[in-house]
Amino acid sequence: MSDLPRPEALFANIDYTPPKADWMDVPVEIKPGRYCYAANPDSVNYVGLPHARKWNPLDDDWKLPENWQEIIFNGLRERLQKYRSFKIFMDICVRCGACADKCHFFIGSGDPKNMPVLRAELLRSVYRGEFTTFGKILGRFAGGRKLTPEVLKEWWYYFFQCSECRRCSVFCPYGIDTAEVTIIGRELLNLLGLNIDWIATPVANCYRTGNHLGIQPHAFFDMIDFFCDDIEDITGIRPEPSFNKKGADILFITPSGDVFADPGTYTCMGYLMLFEYLKREYGLDVTWSTYASEGGNFGFFTSHETMKRLNSKMYMEADRLGVKWILGGECGHMWRVIHQYMDTLNGPEFQHSRMEVPSNPITGTVFKNAASTKMVHIAEFTADLIKHGKLNLNKKRNANIHLTWHDSCNPARGMGLLDEPRFVAKSVVEKFTEMPEGTIREQTFCCGGGAGLNAGENDELRMMGGLPRANAVKYVHDKYGVNMLGCVCAIDRAVLPNSMQYWVPEVDVCGLHELVANALVFPGEKERETDLRGEDLPGMEDE
Amino acid sequence: MKALYSLFLVFALAALALVGAGALGMEKAFGLYIPFLAVAVFVVGFCMRVVDWGKSAVPFCIPTTCGQQESLPWIKQSTIENPSTTGGVVMRMLLEVLLFRSLFRNTKVDLHEGTRVTYSSSKWLWLGALAFHYSFLTIVLRHMRFFTEPVPGIIAGIEAMDSMLQIGAPTLYLTDVVFVAAVTYLFVRRVVVPQIRYISLVQDYFPLFLILGIAFSGIFMRYFAKVDIISVKQLAMGLVTFSWVVPEGIGVMFYIHMFLVSVLLAYFPLSKLMHMGGVFLSPTRNMNCASRKFRHINPWKFENVHYHTYEEYEDEFREKMVDKDLPVDKPLAEGAE
Ligand code: SF4
Ligand code: SF4
Repeated sequence: MSDLPRPEALFANIDYTPPKADWMDVPVEIKPGRYCYAANPDSVNYVGLPHARKWNPLDDDWKLPENWQEIIFNGLRERLQKYRSFKIFMDICVRCGACADKCHFFIGSGDPKNMPVLRAELLRSVYRGEFTTFGKILGRFAGGRKLTPEVLKEWWYYFFQCSECRRCSVFCPYGIDTAEVTIIGRELLNLLGLNIDWIATPVANCYRTGNHLGIQPHAFFDMIDFFCDDIEDITGIRPEPSFNKKGADILFITPSGDVFADPGTYTCMGYLMLFEYLKREYGLDVTWSTYASEGGNFGFFTSHETMKRLNSKMYMEADRLGVKWILGGECGHMWRVIHQYMDTLNGPEFQHSRMEVPSNPITGTVFKNAASTKMVHIAEFTADLIKHGKLNLNKKRNANIHLTWHDSCNPARGMGLLDEPRFVAKSVVEKFTEMPEGTIREQTFCCGGGAGLNAGENDELRMMGGLPRANAVKYVHDKYGVNMLGCVCAIDRAVLPNSMQYWVPEVDVCGLHELVANALVFPGEKERETDLRGEDLPGMEDE
Repeated sequence: MKALYSLFLVFALAALALVGAGALGMEKAFGLYIPFLAVAVFVVGFCMRVVDWGKSAVPFCIPTTCGQQESLPWIKQSTIENPSTTGGVVMRMLLEVLLFRSLFRNTKVDLHEGTRVTYSSSKWLWLGALAFHYSFLTIVLRHMRFFTEPVPGIIAGIEAMDSMLQIGAPTLYLTDVVFVAAVTYLFVRRVVVPQIRYISLVQDYFPLFLILGIAFSGIFMRYFAKVDIISVKQLAMGLVTFSWVVPEGIGVMFYIHMFLVSVLLAYFPLSKLMHMGGVFLSPTRNMNCASRKFRHINPWKFENVHYHTYEEYEDEFREKMVDKDLPVDKPLAEGAE
């Protein structure tokens, strides 16, 4: 983050007044710090996506295939038929502007092309100009324009500045979801090999090794083993997780971000401890998979087809191992995919006879809301356990934490997981304060990760996009002394620490199950002196 | 500029009617043929658009959820904002279509000293849109008295309510006032708010001016030019009963009004005004949010999708797996062949 301006300077630069010239006359300027590097051709090739090549967004020549326009037109035509959402969203926006100031990237950058309406208009204008009779005849007068290389560059630049968080959709009177438009826009760009490496390489890795960092099974095992060592040091209890175990009750899948990057790793230790507790107390048999070791679906950022190919692993593995149902870890877009796409993409043909409607054998609760997908969110699962008094919890261990809750976009606006994590959080910490209305629940702000996740190259964009979330955190920090931001998303845990450090350095980021594990009391455990992060527990400080 | 174009266009249309129906005496064209044609274009065009949308598939269940999901029995579900039953979806749609629920949520962002951002509730757009659409609806319904004989009680009732204040003669309709105010607001907003001006196209200004033109010509006719209502009704009744007559001396203002309405009708299916039909078809709002509970079927199939199977995976990593005592399906020796 070296050449990033100071927060006050970045903030002072935000200007919501658009330029004088018409937006169609403002040429795209690809600014360093706001875009991610082009996809590595090997990754693109690995998953069989077309037109893999080396290219640089800053070059004039993007080495497009000769018939690139035809490819886009055909792709567009096909998608207009395949997605009613897309077609309707192309036709009925009235440009009322209700969505204009709802996007965190606009709020933090002031770039008018980051207004959701205009972001979609970049594509809509081409649709109008090339596909509608009115637009073909009247051209610009009807708001249409031609597809030129400049327009294509503009698409690439701004579609990858959308984190597909759907906040704009909440405010639109017709539910126009700009995320849906950019998802399809990115699909079109993928037809020309125009992806970014922060997506293409994780996709290839997930496809090959099962997780986005390309970690092979033995290393995956080692990482978890290493957490078990740490847990043993802290609690005196050593978890014995099983891997790829046939006949287990439940298959557990979490985003691999939890396994490899702080502070997600603490959440991962939390899962391990919870499962160990449930095994010892109630005999519940949960297994991990090295093959399906990624919950996060980077295909979602590539194309619907790639999403399907990565998603299928979850059911294929559940089927092979013969588990009853699948438990999903804390993740954002993984849950959007599970909630809204999975059953449609990989329904019965991948889900064979052994899977059952999920039920918690410890409490007897049947998760009717997951009757078809057979997949339960761990916040739902743990909330149920706590409600039935099945966990021995000691809130005091989290007494040094004053928590506020970040509703991760996808669970919030793609499924409505709002109260379960709050219930769990409030059961394990003593101090909990909500951020202001309008910044939480369905109106929650994206972490700002966007396309680049944790890429260093677009950190300016990420700090801009992170402003609204960080600002609400700052408010509760200044006013009530909040010092911890909890969330249920691995991308949040990768992105928010940086943005907190930048905007509100006094606040840390954690996952839900880190807090649960801190509070969880094992029978026969040793007296804990530190939390999972190795920091002194309140009252246990070294003198 | 775009606003001026649109204004000019509407003036040109009005002038066309003025010359056509006035100086050139083409009353039949402007009173009968054009309106008839416009209605036909409207009806056929509207249906074609909706059918065209309907032909596109709804492959995935992608509603935006705006509240708590159906979950554990003791967690209170937001049954309207995150519906898991058809009843809930219907309620959600009704609130959206009748009360503009999403616009009601609207907020406005502001920047302050230091690094502070605030959001405040902003209901003007909601109010303006609601006032506009409901007064428009009332006016359309009120006009039905020209096309019906006898006039149904409900329409007479609406009219009576609308002229409640009994101001002037003919009595002032409240909706006329609200309508003009609302359209004016929607227009002023487009010009004054920089962001909205930036995103506005000719197609955004044009319908506003057209509608304003229709309103003004109507008001002018009723309160100032005082066209002959009896003849107007005669013409309107003739139109709907297909016994086309053009009574003498209706006054050119009427033809201008009628022509602008015709243009609006014909323009409707070609434009963003189709949001009227589209709002019902928006998958992010009209779908059930219980997609983990009920399977949604995609009508088209993905072609040639290759999966990375467990066998392929184990073949690549078997040795490393065995090394860590991870279970494998095939023993090492066999896999090495
Ligand atoms: S809120 Fe909806 S209709 Fe209004 S400008 Fe945004 S996308 Fe268009
Ligand atoms: S980032 Fe979120 S709010 Fe912004 S345009 Fe994309 S989906 Fe809408």
